[in-house]
Amino acid sequence: MSKLAPVFKLSQSVKRIQAIVFKEFRQLKRDRMTFGMVVMIPIIQLLLFGYAINTEVRGIPIAVVDMSHNAAARVIEQAVVATQVVEVIERYPTPQEAEKAIVNGEVRAALVFPPDLAKRIVEERALGQWLVDGSDTMVSSALLPLRSMPLSQIFIDPALDYGKSHTTFEVALFFNPTRRAAVNIVPGLIGTILTMTMILFTSTAIVRERERGNLELLITTPIRPLELMIGKILPYIVIGLIQMTLILALGYSVFDVPIIGALHQIYMATLLFIAASLSIGLVISTIAKTQLQAMQMTVFILLPSILLSGFMFPFEAMPGAAQAIAEVLPATHFMRMIRAIVLRGAELPGLLNDAFWLMGFTVVGLMVAAARFKKTVD
Amino acid sequence: MSVLAIQTRGLTRRFGALTAVDHLDLQIEKGTIYGFLGPNGCGKSTTIRMLCGLLTPSEGTIDVLGQTLPQDAEALRLRIGYMTQKFSLYEDLSVLGNLRFLAQLYNLPGAVSRQRITQVLSEYGLDKLRAQLAGSLSGGQKQRLALAAAVLHEPDLLFLDEPTSAVDPENRRHFWEKLFDLCDQGTSILVSTHYMDEAERCHRLAILEAGKLCAEDEPKKLLQPLTGRIVEVEADDMRTVKSRLQKLEQVRSSAQQGIRLRVLLNPGVQDSLEFVKNHLSDLQMHCQLVNPSLEDVFVQVTRGARSGGRQ
Ligand SMILES: Nc1ncnc2c1ncn2[C@@H]1O[C@H](COP(=O)(O)OP(=O)(O)OP(=O)(O)O)[C@@H](O)[C@H]1O
Ligand SMILES: [Mg+2]
Repeated sequence: MSKLAPVFKLSQSVKRIQAIVFKEFRQLKRDRMTFGMVVMIPIIQLLLFGYAINTEVRGIPIAVVDMSHNAAARVIEQAVVATQVVEVIERYPTPQEAEKAIVNGEVRAALVFPPDLAKRIVEERALGQWLVDGSDTMVSSALLPLRSMPLSQIFIDPALDYGKSHTTFEVALFFNPTRRAAVNIVPGLIGTILTMTMILFTSTAIVRERERGNLELLITTPIRPLELMIGKILPYIVIGLIQMTLILALGYSVFDVPIIGALHQIYMATLLFIAASLSIGLVISTIAKTQLQAMQMTVFILLPSILLSGFMFPFEAMPGAAQAIAEVLPATHFMRMIRAIVLRGAELPGLLNDAFWLMGFTVVGLMVAAARFKKTVD
Repeated sequence: MSVLAIQTRGLTRRFGALTAVDHLDLQIEKGTIYGFLGPNGCGKSTTIRMLCGLLTPSEGTIDVLGQTLPQDAEALRLRIGYMTQKFSLYEDLSVLGNLRFLAQLYNLPGAVSRQRITQVLSEYGLDKLRAQLAGSLSGGQKQRLALAAAVLHEPDLLFLDEPTSAVDPENRRHFWEKLFDLCDQGTSILVSTHYMDEAERCHRLAILEAGKLCAEDEPKKLLQPLTGRIVEVEADDMRTVKSRLQKLEQVRSSAQQGIRLRVLLNPGVQDSLEFVKNHLSDLQMHCQLVNPSLEDVFVQVTRGARSGGRQ
């Protein structure tokens, strides 16, 4: 056997890649910490962004003052409550009492229906009045859309409809802006979480072997650099897809994120992005000397990926230089693709630019990593 | 086919200003156990790494099994085994997991792989430990696993870098029996050590100091020139004996071993025993001529010029 010339055989190459992949999985199974991170990072991040860092305010306690005693007031009130921005916890007969309650901090706002509500509806004048506690800007800005809400167009109940059924559509429009934030965040989170975990896992992958001394053994075997690189990223592709599934499933069930695009389109786009992220990780892994360095470099990529990719701020609103940097990052391209697919039902053929960028990025990244990885300890 | 497994000429490796390996000329025959003996930092590991193709030489040429290094490193991978000084198997994989992983990397076909793994497990006493994590093995068990892993693909040439540093004398003997078995089967072995008893077992020995080759021969032949030049002194006032002897230019070195002082004399002294006796005649003491050991050789070739430095 030892007399055989080391000719390149694909089947042997595949076997060696397989060996690395199995080894990585066996190590992962034992590595509780990493295993926990695979599942906990998506869940915690999703809940953090979904609930805690939610800019959308819900359940503001308000009072209602109905001086009209008209059935229309009930309908309008229900429409307002249906936005979930407010919650009616009190009823007062006069605006003065409501004002006192606001001053005392019992409620944050009051919705007042004047006695001439029926007449106002017909004349299309302002239907009522919002009394708002302006001291908390979050509360007042959350109530702002409600204040300017065209109450006259709310009637979708045919019994109360004074020939204005065409306005039903306008009401739907009203609901959308408030829900859009959460809906936008969840697909974006897939990009952020994958950037974080994928780069982190792979960037430490080879450095860890170096730190633990395994590399000196590994490089005396017939493994080729490219085989090692591929073997190292394949397990994490699986993990990335699991994470994405977790995020989307949670987003769908907990935050009602609509999934309009086809699932296989979502998986394809994610696959491209995972591969690109992993190749960044591998390049880092060949540069960094220690796991700590690898993590620092990961943060260096992670921050612009979160801030510039369009996840936090709209891409179009950023200055030109920032846009240029963002265009280089895989996260930006993925953010565009995943939002288009999940929220607007777009398909990959329509997103070819972004898809090609991710593919090119992966190939170049793998090449650079394999070229940088020398089978020596020089 | 050449009878040499390894041949180097002017092999040199520098790390910045430090010359870790300094113009080594080595000729290592096939089918022998060749030893590298030398103190910490003398360049044993660095030399072995260059011979494995893991480190690029700064200067010089290397021929291993008829291949030129570092160019032909990949071609050699299947034919050499390397046991690193620091344990380099995966601590979070089991004994069996590690061996299977390596068998796959070396592309051993399924049947061969199973047979070889069973074989090395029983041969190196790892059968009962097969499911244990490598990280939880004892020092000696780790060493056995590392050797098993290094020979799994039946290499023609085996590099062992201080393979028994964590092994008790009993197990060290077993370990060496394994090495001789391998050698009998035709494997050439290069082993580095700083244990004298190990060095004595090698067919040939190279003594290194500060990257330079100080002496190279069969252990017996290295001992020969020292015969009749070593005197052991036993005295009450060891301090006086020592200081008095160290002043003499005929004394190469003196080293205290328990209650005795081991004195190495320079060549040219006619009768070593008489010489020492004469110089210590006024003291209460007893002295005798003893056989040289490799340690004396080591002292002679490496620290000779700065004699008496040893405690
Ligand atoms: N990568 C490196 N960078 C800089 N210096 C190095 C490097 N590797 C080894 N050296 C230096 O080269 C010299 C020889 O080191 P080497 O590891 O070969 O010694 P050794 O004989 O194996 O010692 P030991 O018995 O302690 O294992 C040492 O002085 C060491 O500090
Ligand atoms: Mg060493």
